[in-house]
Amino acid sequence: MRYLPLSESDRTQMLDVIGVASVDALFEDVPKSARLSDLVDLPQHASEQSVERHMAKLSAKSVSAGSVPFFCGAGAYRHHIPATVDHLIQRSEFLTAYTPYQPEVSQGTLMSLFEFQSQVAALTGMDVANASMYDGSTACAEAVVMAHRVARGKKAKAVLAPGLHPHYAAATQTLASTLGIEINERDCRPGRDDNVISHLDGDTACVVVQSPNVFGEIVDLQPIADAAHEAGALLIAVFTEPVALAAITPPGEQGADIVVGEGQGLGVGLNFGGPHVGLFACTQKLVRQMPGRVCGETVDANGERGFVLTLSTREQHIRREKATSNICTNSGLCALAFTIHMTLLGEAGITRLAALNHEAACDLAERLEAIDGVELVNDTFFNEFTLRLNRPAADVVDALADKGILGGVPLTRIQPDGDEHLLLVCATETNDEHDFEAFEMTLAEVLA
Amino acid sequence: MTDPVNTQLRSALNNQGRPTRPVKNAASVAPVTASGSYALDQQAKLIFEIGDLETTGVDLPEPKGGKSRLGTHARKAPIGLPGLSEPETMRHYVRLSQKNYAIDLGVYPLGSCTMKHNPRLNEKVARMPGFADVHPLQPVSTVQGALELMSELSHWLMTLCNMPAVALTPKAGAHGELCGMMAIRARLLADGQTQRTRVLVPESAHGTNPATAVQCGFTVDQIPASGNGRVDLDALKARIDSNPDDVAGIMLTNPNTCGLFERDIIEIADAIHAAGGYFYCDGANFNALVGRVRPGDLGVDAMHINLHKTFSTPHGGGGPGSGPTVLSEALMDYAPLPYVVKDGESFTLVENADDKSFGRMCAFHGQMGMYTRALTYMMSHGADGLKQATEDAVLNANYVQASLSDVMTPAFGGVCMHEALFDDRFLKDTGVETIDFAKAMIDEGYHPMTMYFPLVVHGAMLIEPTESESKQELDRFIGSVRHLAERAQEARETGDTDMFKQAPVYAPMRRLDETQAARKPVLRWIKTNEDLKLISF
Repeated sequence: MRYLPLSESDRTQMLDVIGVASVDALFEDVPKSARLSDLVDLPQHASEQSVERHMAKLSAKSVSAGSVPFFCGAGAYRHHIPATVDHLIQRSEFLTAYTPYQPEVSQGTLMSLFEFQSQVAALTGMDVANASMYDGSTACAEAVVMAHRVARGKKAKAVLAPGLHPHYAAATQTLASTLGIEINERDCRPGRDDNVISHLDGDTACVVVQSPNVFGEIVDLQPIADAAHEAGALLIAVFTEPVALAAITPPGEQGADIVVGEGQGLGVGLNFGGPHVGLFACTQKLVRQMPGRVCGETVDANGERGFVLTLSTREQHIRREKATSNICTNSGLCALAFTIHMTLLGEAGITRLAALNHEAACDLAERLEAIDGVELVNDTFFNEFTLRLNRPAADVVDALADKGILGGVPLTRIQPDGDEHLLLVCATETNDEHDFEAFEMTLAEVLA
Repeated sequence: MTDPVNTQLRSALNNQGRPTRPVKNAASVAPVTASGSYALDQQAKLIFEIGDLETTGVDLPEPKGGKSRLGTHARKAPIGLPGLSEPETMRHYVRLSQKNYAIDLGVYPLGSCTMKHNPRLNEKVARMPGFADVHPLQPVSTVQGALELMSELSHWLMTLCNMPAVALTPKAGAHGELCGMMAIRARLLADGQTQRTRVLVPESAHGTNPATAVQCGFTVDQIPASGNGRVDLDALKARIDSNPDDVAGIMLTNPNTCGLFERDIIEIADAIHAAGGYFYCDGANFNALVGRVRPGDLGVDAMHINLHKTFSTPHGGGGPGSGPTVLSEALMDYAPLPYVVKDGESFTLVENADDKSFGRMCAFHGQMGMYTRALTYMMSHGADGLKQATEDAVLNANYVQASLSDVMTPAFGGVCMHEALFDDRFLKDTGVETIDFAKAMIDEGYHPMTMYFPLVVHGAMLIEPTESESKQELDRFIGSVRHLAERAQEARETGDTDMFKQAPVYAPMRRLDETQAARKPVLRWIKTNEDLKLISF
């Protein structure tokens, strides 16, 4: 029991000090019927070596993305993460610290959160950002609830665009339903995002538009923002790939009031879907309605600049049932990873990374579009795009997997009633010429 | 004039010119340094003040250029992101890290947070490629190992709780609360019990409980605590009976936030069930029960488990957490999507189409990176080790309580569970307040205990040592706290409270002005110095 420092003689001495005969006496408040007399029916303790062996066996039963030509996106993206990032986030002082509620001994976490907020605000083109949410989808759901609150609960509707990631729409629906927020019926198809304008009316609290959307198409947000504002609604802009924002006009420059998205692409691995890191930014005007923790600048008793968690009167531990959200723990260590990766990249690096991603996707689209039975759906895209295949995409993806290629995500995987011929494909800087050739040849084979 | 220090120095240099013994009165000549650093306490600026737009710490090939499918949407304006080279990045964040307290440095007795040791085997396992480098939407046939791990974790959690189901997806404790309360809501709706909107919440509850209830569309009925720090069963029954038909359920922490086991918990569960409501248990304090008490034996319908508290996944300066939620027979059909199903020798993921599920809580399958760590921890401990860990956690808390009872004031008598609660009666008329006492602990080299929570106790100090502390470390900690308690008593006579009011003086920063931070929020870096190379926002 390598994690337990007490010896038997320590325990005996301590029981003496407490004045009880055995540890059972410390559990005397537990009703007799609920006291376990035996050990639970689970294996006994195990050595580090044997646990590691068991886990390595399990790990080997999955096909890791790095071991094959890999082209999946649709909300989670594989980028190269510099070794420095993983080393730094494993430093004890970051890894094993709690939420920085004692700022005098938490300036490391707080300063990095301040940097994180500043980077997210810059990347999205917004005034302010919070210290992170669980992931992009829950950030999206919280943004809709926030818009409802900004409208003081007087506007019942939230309009979700057809190109919003179906999981984001579902997570939003789940949270919104309990608060009586009405969500429109959505037809998750490419090329229809500006349809949201026709749904706008005086009862609309917000419109939610993703760009690049789930099909990879880049959406012109400005006309939607203008129409939303005219109707007295907020525009919530969503993204799932942070690297894209280095290549395209940021939502903050197109009239967005709230910007939410997934930050996983920078600093955080795929992790089978979690943990990831939700990014949440808004205009200065809305800051006091924003959910989640926020770090702010102040001074200490010597007048030195320092940082603290602030605006906590919005939060559950102070405000209880009147809080802006129930969120408490967020995604701190992933936010740190995001910040370190972004610091290593800098303006020059993130711009180049974005260019390389776009170039990879352009190359791949060109190759795949030339295959018989493949049609490129997109007019525009960043690093992922949608193909229409002559066969159901799910079958094609399975056939590709059998041949050792993880060739994208069929739309029906995330939207069961969606067009079964659509395949979402992503390319990043991690793909090389060999990957492209293998994908091109094998897809041609499978479709032939 | 002769400088006594220099004279002393000259007389005690070795042949490399270094002093061979400490200089007396060194403190009196402690210099203000030109660098702003003080030996190991290195000054750290923000990346925005040391980086620039041209520097990068990542070598990437030159793009070939020429192709663009961005349409009219290509970014035109610079972003404004500073970059640093790799060595500068490393140094910057290592310097920042050294301004943090951490479990690995010392006792972190934050009540209700369970700051236990984070084994590094967990970190190693979480980084294995079959867990860390798999995409959530890969074909299910290519992620069998990941699904098997989730299935194994479920088995351990259900066995420890004696509950028939667990929803793994919630991403933190508060998300798990949402999961449990949404399952209750879904069940009530399915049964046509739409009038059941009232949720009973004791006033000692974590703030997340009432916030969650409201986020689920319920109204909160706050139950006052009894004099012994527990729910008053008769008062609770009276509250239920005032209108049993609108009771949706109760949200109760057990052991409660005073560190006490709710002795009447089974009667409480029975009363709620008899009224037609459900019992949500906040599992934040499960570290007091693992292997000794199973929530399923207490009448619980739903309980979240903080993998980042009870099962040792790191807190990471505020997450990521993970809040799997066990569900009773009555609620299990309403569990959120997706979930893993064992199908013979293989595993499948149910991601869509389900009759009763209340829906999806997040984009993918929850916090895989936390599942791997938690299962690694549980398998390391095993049934015997988990039980021993629970006993040690409770033993340590009672040892601290017993060792401090004569100099501090325990809020309630008797034994506690995994955390010991004190109030501020012992500070009465000393001029020292709970916050001053806590800040003085920083100077002693400890992270303060949880302060001013639970709200039902005046000036609360909640100490949770966890099972990770040795007796030797606890004795040192107790010694420090006793010392402070005694100094506070002396202040009652002398009126000298400086060591408390000025604290901390040895931390990287003195006390910070939180009022100013909230009044004029500065939430991002803004250029103030014209000499910097960065563009202005």
